[in-house]
Amino acid sequence: MNIEQLDFYTQAILSLAALVGLTSFLMLGQGRLLRLIFVFAMQGFLLTLTTALAAYSLNNHHLYISAVLTLVLKVIFIPWMLRRQVLQMNMHRDIEALKNNTAVMLGGASLMVFSYYVLHPIVQSSSVVMLNALAVSLSVVLLGMLLMISHRQAIAHVVGFMSIENGLFFAAIVATNGMPMVVELGVAFDVLVAAVLFGIFFLHIRTSIDSLDVDLLNKLHEVEK
Amino acid sequence: MIAAYLVLLIPLVGIVFFALSGHKEETGKLNVRFNAVCLLATIWLAINVLNQGTIISSGGAFLIDPFNVYLIVLTAFVGLTTSIFSSPYMEHEKEIGKLSDTRLKLYHSMYQGFMLAMYLVLTTNNMGIMWVAMEGATLATVLLVSLYRTPESIEAAWKYFILCGVGIAQALFGTILLYYAAVQIGDGENALLWSVLYENATKLNPEILEIGFVFMLIGYGTKIGLVPLHNWLPDAHSEGPTPMSAVLSGLLLNDALYAVVRNKMLVDGATHSSMAGYLMMGFGMVSFLVAAILLHRQKDIKRLFSYSSIEHMGLMTFSFGIGGPLATFAALLHMTVHSLTKSAIFVTVGHAAQVAGTQKIDQIRGLIKTQPKIGWGLLIGTISIAGFPPFGVFTSEFLVLLATMDSYPWLTPLLLLGIGIAFAGLFRHIQPMVYGDKPEGQNPITANLWPVTIHLALVLWLGLAIPGFLAHWFSQATLLISGSTPL
Repeated sequence: MNIEQLDFYTQAILSLAALVGLTSFLMLGQGRLLRLIFVFAMQGFLLTLTTALAAYSLNNHHLYISAVLTLVLKVIFIPWMLRRQVLQMNMHRDIEALKNNTAVMLGGASLMVFSYYVLHPIVQSSSVVMLNALAVSLSVVLLGMLLMISHRQAIAHVVGFMSIENGLFFAAIVATNGMPMVVELGVAFDVLVAAVLFGIFFLHIRTSIDSLDVDLLNKLHEVEK
Repeated sequence: MIAAYLVLLIPLVGIVFFALSGHKEETGKLNVRFNAVCLLATIWLAINVLNQGTIISSGGAFLIDPFNVYLIVLTAFVGLTTSIFSSPYMEHEKEIGKLSDTRLKLYHSMYQGFMLAMYLVLTTNNMGIMWVAMEGATLATVLLVSLYRTPESIEAAWKYFILCGVGIAQALFGTILLYYAAVQIGDGENALLWSVLYENATKLNPEILEIGFVFMLIGYGTKIGLVPLHNWLPDAHSEGPTPMSAVLSGLLLNDALYAVVRNKMLVDGATHSSMAGYLMMGFGMVSFLVAAILLHRQKDIKRLFSYSSIEHMGLMTFSFGIGGPLATFAALLHMTVHSLTKSAIFVTVGHAAQVAGTQKIDQIRGLIKTQPKIGWGLLIGTISIAGFPPFGVFTSEFLVLLATMDSYPWLTPLLLLGIGIAFAGLFRHIQPMVYGDKPEGQNPITANLWPVTIHLALVLWLGLAIPGFLAHWFSQATLLISGSTPL
């Protein structure tokens, strides 16, 4: 693949894919909650850009609606809500000491390689660009899970959860120019409700264990003692 | 088609009505009425399908065929009987101070919300909307799992939310891959409609669909409770209010399996390999065996029966995985009898826990002496779920065994072993709870056991003789899924 021979849209999509992947890695190594939320908002912004760019170059009007939805939900509302929680809980000065940071980062890198490996069969039927875009989306999904495993704060879990959604959304935009409109609205509705529910849950967890450290949620076991 | 819209409209009105009206004394009874009207609408729908065959709404948004219409009726039926049980049960919970009016308002509103999500999963023709509705079911029930606001219930709800949310995100990735394969053969906005996909299944790109199915199975499999993705299930079932456990076990798990089977039908059409079937058989068998073993180590009665749910869902997944007409017929029958029996058991367990004042197995004793109805209900329910003749579970498990012997004889010993282990696991716990001596100060409570009686009578009837129209129906659904009929 010679990148200079591709048209402008494809080149832009490739660079945006790389940047979205990068933000996932930045989140993975981030111990400060406010910065984590900021990077998450950046990822949402890159996603908005991608959507708007796709809408513009493919002249597809319903993608503009998705772009606005993403902007409102993922760049403004959810980061605002999480930021408010962090400030209320007075957690913005804490730095979470991440265990095995090096191992986690290496794990993240291998997840990226793994995504390319899993999706390699589709090269036969579509372009290399598509492989890159889908593989980056899948690795954003997997890195989101790794983020949830390696962090202990409930807020970091929500960021991981939402960044998984970002990865899926990126795949939908790049591979298929967005899902059908009804589905996209439905997914956006689900994300909104999930965000509100997370807000309610923070309150419940705080009143129950007086902290948002989910390691303290450890009463239920597979085999009871 | 009007019937299908009614089925969706009634719970929608229910959500708004209960959210606005607040909790009053008769709210529980109103909830029963909403569900009763909905059941009538589903029966009307079923009669339409019986007369006209598959119905697709104009615009293609909804599809009702023999496979989903019987699940729709089952959903409405279990929804109704559980609401009959829930009405006095929740009042009792309120009397002993566990719940307030606001929480009961949330409970009734979200009960209808959950029913709406279930109907939408079943009726929709759009694979994307199916995903949205499945996620909607999680969102509707997550606050109900933590309804009691104890630290345990909040932990369970958080686990449920995160695990199912992340799990089902995988299914969305699978859906995106499916859409990606579909747009390659054209038809933009309609490309995610199941009926369109099914017609063009042979033209879909098999590589993409195979990768997609893995994600679908993992995603919806989290909801089915397949091992090793089952962690949320016993927690959510044991910490939430009992009517919720009954509908989660009886309906949600079935509907998730329904989503997987719909996808399997597409993948089988595209790939002409048994990849999807082998995956389902593997996951199903592992879930079945692991859950059967874990039954022995439980100390909470509701956790005990949620592991039994995992075991049975594993068996159904395995049976759909085998894929022939006999195995598919067995799996459909097992879906029906399992959800009838399991919701009946959870209703009885709810009453038993109220009698004993705890869910701990070693503190529930002498049920037959305290309140014979509850004791016998629990015993007969357990006999039925463990697969004793003449109950329906025996028939379906026997058919699964026959199908296995036919196609994969070397797997039969594993199945028999699992059924044996599960049987022992259930009875070592149930026997002392039902018989045994009555502890001091244990008193009978007001209990409505009609739902239990009706469910178990139906299961017994299905075990003795499957009525003609139902057998015809199962055959139609089997024909649709596996391509031929067993009868």
